[in-house]
Amino acid sequence: MSEVHAETVPFVRDTMLPSAAPPARQSGVVLWLRENLFSGPLNILLTLAGLAAVWGIVSHLWPWFAHAVWNASSIGECRQIIAERHGEGTTGACFAIIRERWNQFIFGFYPAEHYWRPTAVFGLMMFAVAPILFSESRRLRWTVLAVSAVTSFAACVALGAPDRVLLAVGAGFVALAALIEYAPRRALAFSVLYPFLAVWMLWGGSIWSPIAVLAGFALALVVWRLGARLGVGLLGLALGVAAAVWWWAALGPRVAADLQGLMPLALVPVESRSFGGFLLALTIGVSGIVMSLPLGIILALARQSNLPVVRTLAVMFIEFIRGVPLITLLFVASILLNYFLPPGTNFDIILRVIIMVTLFAAAYMAEVIRGGLAALPRGQYEGADSLGLTYWQAQRLIILPQALKISIPGIVGTFIGVFKDTTLVTFVGLFDPLKQMADTIRATFAWKGAYWEPYVFTGAIFFILCFAMSRYAMYLERRLKTDHR
Amino acid sequence: MAPAPGAGQPFRLSMLIHDRHYRALLIQALVFILVMSVASWLVNNTVQNLARMGKTFDFGFLTNRSGYDIPFSLIPYDSNSTHLRAAMVGLLNTLLVSALGCLFATILGVFAGVLRLSRNWLVARLMTVYVEIFRNVPLLLWILVILALFTEVMPAPRDYRVAEDGTAGAEMILFGGIAPTNRYTAVPAIVAEHDPGPVTVLGLQIDAMVVAFALALLAAWMIHLWLRAWAQERQDSTGRRPTTWWISVLLYLLPILGLMQLFGIHLVAPELRGFNFAGGMNLDNGFVVLLLALSLYTGAFIAEIVRAGILAVSRGQTEAAAALGLRPRPIMALVVLPQALRVIIPPLISQFLNLTKNSSLAIAVGYPDLRATLGGTTLNQTGREMESMILMMGIYLAISLIVSAVMNLYNSRVRLKER
Amino acid sequence: MRYTAFLATVAASALTAGVALAAEGDTLAQVKQRGVLNCGVNTGLVGFAAPDANGNWSGFDIAVCKAVAAAVLGDPSKVKYVPTTGQTRFTALTSGEVDLLARNSTWTFQRDTDLKMDFAGVNYYDGQGFMVRKDLGVSSATELDGATICIQTGTSTELNLADWFKANNMTYQPVNIDSNAEGEQQYMAGACDAYTTDASGLAATRAAFADPDNHVILPEIISKEPLAPATRHGDNNWTDIVRWTLYALISAEEYGVTSANLDELSRSSTNPDVQRMLGATDDYGAMLGLDKEWAKRAIAASGNYGEIFAANIGEQTPIGLPRGLNALWTQGGLMYAMPFR
Repeated sequence: MSEVHAETVPFVRDTMLPSAAPPARQSGVVLWLRENLFSGPLNILLTLAGLAAVWGIVSHLWPWFAHAVWNASSIGECRQIIAERHGEGTTGACFAIIRERWNQFIFGFYPAEHYWRPTAVFGLMMFAVAPILFSESRRLRWTVLAVSAVTSFAACVALGAPDRVLLAVGAGFVALAALIEYAPRRALAFSVLYPFLAVWMLWGGSIWSPIAVLAGFALALVVWRLGARLGVGLLGLALGVAAAVWWWAALGPRVAADLQGLMPLALVPVESRSFGGFLLALTIGVSGIVMSLPLGIILALARQSNLPVVRTLAVMFIEFIRGVPLITLLFVASILLNYFLPPGTNFDIILRVIIMVTLFAAAYMAEVIRGGLAALPRGQYEGADSLGLTYWQAQRLIILPQALKISIPGIVGTFIGVFKDTTLVTFVGLFDPLKQMADTIRATFAWKGAYWEPYVFTGAIFFILCFAMSRYAMYLERRLKTDHR
Repeated sequence: MAPAPGAGQPFRLSMLIHDRHYRALLIQALVFILVMSVASWLVNNTVQNLARMGKTFDFGFLTNRSGYDIPFSLIPYDSNSTHLRAAMVGLLNTLLVSALGCLFATILGVFAGVLRLSRNWLVARLMTVYVEIFRNVPLLLWILVILALFTEVMPAPRDYRVAEDGTAGAEMILFGGIAPTNRYTAVPAIVAEHDPGPVTVLGLQIDAMVVAFALALLAAWMIHLWLRAWAQERQDSTGRRPTTWWISVLLYLLPILGLMQLFGIHLVAPELRGFNFAGGMNLDNGFVVLLLALSLYTGAFIAEIVRAGILAVSRGQTEAAAALGLRPRPIMALVVLPQALRVIIPPLISQFLNLTKNSSLAIAVGYPDLRATLGGTTLNQTGREMESMILMMGIYLAISLIVSAVMNLYNSRVRLKER
Repeated sequence: MRYTAFLATVAASALTAGVALAAEGDTLAQVKQRGVLNCGVNTGLVGFAAPDANGNWSGFDIAVCKAVAAAVLGDPSKVKYVPTTGQTRFTALTSGEVDLLARNSTWTFQRDTDLKMDFAGVNYYDGQGFMVRKDLGVSSATELDGATICIQTGTSTELNLADWFKANNMTYQPVNIDSNAEGEQQYMAGACDAYTTDASGLAATRAAFADPDNHVILPEIISKEPLAPATRHGDNNWTDIVRWTLYALISAEEYGVTSANLDELSRSSTNPDVQRMLGATDDYGAMLGLDKEWAKRAIAASGNYGEIFAANIGEQTPIGLPRGLNALWTQGGLMYAMPFR
């Protein structure tokens, strides 16, 4: 080898060769396939099994979807059309049932001329939650708001809302958007008022009733604040509550009735019984979660408290609710709740179900918030103590704002669970979108035997909503993690 | 807690507000009184309402004749049995479907969770799709869809018949072992040729075979424990661990095989006789559908838990163990698994509890679980809604609390001993 | 987050949705005060009670609700239909959620006594039957030994089935189902050999099939199932109102009073029974706590018993039930209203 010198060889390259393309097996698609799909015997086996599974599913389902019929008035007509188009014996989806009855899957028996009300309520809900849930990212906030405002406005137009309603809804959206952009803290006031607005818009009736209820809260707040200024603390709170109860029981309804007489402002009342489909699921789910939030916070604080009696009671409640299936709680709402209330009390099954779902969600919420409280560094508690803050001051100013913020992903997760569980109300005779509504439609002569299409339709809607929410929760979790670690 | 600041001072009324110790007592007393008065209000209302309707509150109806049949029962039951026995049948059915569901869901979840982390792109994506689809759609929908699959798509038992011209009907799966039909799923039955019959243990009638197997396994387990202790001792004194795994395997295998031989236990495949399958075991479709739906649904949640658990063990742990000279199997057994399990087990148990509670959705498939017997037909036929509901919720609560208690015990054992 | 704000919503929704408190025990006063009759019905059984695409309920049981609402409130549309399942129906009544249960429920001893209900009178005489596929080759229920049978849980049919098979020394495999819709699904798919429920329900179910001719209803009727509207035990006046509303419908058919000639007959009829019933002479309504024309309105709501039967489940409808036992007693049936005197 030593003879080989630069001088003895006839040619010496003095420039670098351009690098050659890697061999075909080491680049591009082939490499990717090799590395990701066929890197070893086990992997090849898995890939083949996966391909077989995909093929099995697609080959069974594809013809069914491909032969779908959207225009027909009954299942028989559907089958006839499919047989004509694709030959005898072929199967196909009959999505005509969705086309004909979509409104029942979405709104139940809500009066058709008032469909714009739930639609607008849904659009406004996004504005109400935006300052709380989407405070992290301006871009996300505006994307969500724009999409929900445009779709709900377009839906209002399509569903034939009267012109003045459209004007009001449009103006409301614009005003709220401006409020959220320029005075985000003020926008929280709308979030607080929203539940009252939603209840009024969904159930209708005089606008003065929800305002009277709201006035009761205002009264309680004023009395409490006055009491605090005079330095009577707890007593002030008790007086405030007493004042509110007195207002609600005695004066409020009369005042509301009088105001209605003076300034009639009412929507056509809609009975709870007309709620059905996804409107019912969302109404129960959202009100359950919203009302369970304060309850959950109190339970979580109680469970963390160092007062043994309070702690024991909270643990008992939480463990009891978490220990029994929701369906038994719904049966309690349906057949036992009236036993527990004074003789003659009787209220709506939907309201009773909402109460039970609220209690159910509150127990899970308490655990989520407890996790948030436990995740706060001890220094935060000690810092609050060293500033000389009282328990409630520390909770209100230091602990809860942080704990609730890191609990949001968990809260969204709880909401997904509760929203999925609202389908169980079918077993107490309510018209949920999945079973009762579909059964009712299938009970008619035209749609007997249409099993798969409603399942596919409702399943797809549930999937889209829940998947979006779970992605959002994951996104938030990542974002919050970087903030705190 | 630090001693109360007011300790040792004479009590004044204002201390109820301003002294921390007394204020805590006051608040607790107030909360207690409030809760108790609400509770007594509820009880009072209930008593009034019951009186108004002329109903009584007693559990005597449980000893009456039930009068209805239950299609799926683990213990002897007919319509002459009592409501209490019907409730027992329901409870056992709930426990059966829950236990099997937990088992299958865990197997499925571990598979899906591990495969989701696989380097195989296709399989990882498929598992993601499975997990997301099942997690984001209500369980009730899956139950209904699988029920519809079974009733609409599966062949009728007679379709399995080979036609006279020789064309075979539907094919049985798993080498002719299992035949899903739209009425039931025919599976092989375990048959003992020399069944010794039941023996009475502590006043309870228990199958002698169960007793024999339990005793054999218990004995094997105790010998196994002793063997491990012996091997440990040897390792400590000589530095070499004797190979014992094959002894352990034999310890468990031999008695089982021996007993199976003794009792003549073997599988009998179902075969079509007339219009129905016979010989094997015909599992009620309500049961099969519920079991499948619960396993698939919960499996998706468990897959996420397993994935998170594996990701939670940092790579450094594996590498450090390798640097210490451990081989892959001990690394897995001694380093990775214990740490991953600590993350996995608590949420896993809570998924098991969820599955047990979700088994009450048997209502959608007509599987006679606890809710369907005690909280369903019994409640309805006797009109004792208060008693039935209280009893049923109590039983569900007891199951939950027992499992939670076991979990807490485990948690406190494996908790990181920090600080 | 402003958590205090959410406290507001807890009470708010409860209050705005309205909690109704009414005088205890007096159902009539409650209904009048409320202005609407709460009527418990089936969640969906075509011909008896089912909502259409707009949520309007119709059917044989619905007609009873409408007649009572018309008699009490003067308007047959003032009814709130509360769909109840086999599981929740009786508690819905005893707990006061509904004022009247018109949900093809069988009048039995235990329900009348132990379950604290009152039955106002039979509006349909039914019996439990079996439906099988024609190609099964079964012509009698006694050949069903070993069969798989679909049955709704929580109904009296469940107990009858167990008793009947025991009495005949036969065995069967029950497939429990939760609703009629599910029963149809399972039976159509062949998951059970036979479907058992009230014969009227079988006819309604069979009529809705694409191929009704391939299914037969077996001749055996294994039980008596008198279906009756039910009220709470202890409110006799209310039960009387429901009972006599029902009798008014039946009597109207007997006396030839129809929704068409109602107005004319109330003025011109010379039959003293009709005169008393329609309030032309005596004021019978006052004895029930109602006004004079209560029965007239009840009949006007959806016609007399015969008209209701014909419009919802009769032979001209797809369900096609013959009158059979439900013909008037004058025509060989069991429908016999007590005299208006």
